[in-house]
Amino acid sequence: MIDKIIAHQAAIRKERPLSPFEMFLWFFMRVSGAILMIIAVFHLLYMQFIIPGGVTAIDYSVIIARWSDPFWGFFWRTFDLLLLVFGLSHGSNGIRNIIEDYIHHNPWRIVSKIVLYLAYVVLIGMGAVIIFGFRAGG
Amino acid sequence: MRVLNNTANFILQACTTQEREEQIAWLLHRVTGIGIFIFLTLHIVHIWLIGFGAEPFNSVTAFLNQPLARLLHIFLFFSVLFHAVNGTRVIILDFWPALWQYRRQSVNIATTVFLLIFIPSILLILMDAFLP
Repeated sequence: MIDKIIAHQAAIRKERPLSPFEMFLWFFMRVSGAILMIIAVFHLLYMQFIIPGGVTAIDYSVIIARWSDPFWGFFWRTFDLLLLVFGLSHGSNGIRNIIEDYIHHNPWRIVSKIVLYLAYVVLIGMGAVIIFGFRAGG
Repeated sequence: MRVLNNTANFILQACTTQEREEQIAWLLHRVTGIGIFIFLTLHIVHIWLIGFGAEPFNSVTAFLNQPLARLLHIFLFFSVLFHAVNGTRVIILDFWPALWQYRRQSVNIATTVFLLIFIPSILLILMDAFLP
């Protein structure tokens, strides 16, 4: 069945056949999308309905309480990190597809993709540092 | 710019083609994807500010939580919900070859599911904002 799907996608992309890396990305978008549907929706619903007061009531102490909890803290930090990595990877690959579709064969395409990859690394770094590196009082 | 010209041409032909709904869904999927990505970068930078301590983070958060935020929350909710529902449609169709003959109906089903979730949620949000 997978062969039929791959053949169908290859037929659609007459001009740009899928390299193995792009084939992996094609699957990754679907898999990460499905995963995100669960964890991103859970994140949204938790922030809005389980935290007292909803999204607008979230401040420093609420987040710190979640991350510093002796029992659940590690779970929350891991969950937030997974959300960050899957979400940003899925989104960055989507932006990469859009860049490749609209900016053709000129230096701006390379510049845009370099900016995108830099933003990807920097944003994941920022997020990982704050999610796992933060200690209350530090 | 060529992008604008391409987009205008796309929308014009999309209005008359057989696959109109599917092409509009594709375009909207891209637009909402870009919107979510922009939100996500701002969100990451915002949470990163926790590293600077309680006062800076709380003051920035208070600034971002002004009443305009509710309107932007509605846009965000629309974007995430549409992107998720249409994305599910894409995933199902991509992995279930037997359903490829039902592409037209799939967009109608996706739209229905989206509205079933979106309209009550918007009513809840607006009621929450305007009723004491």
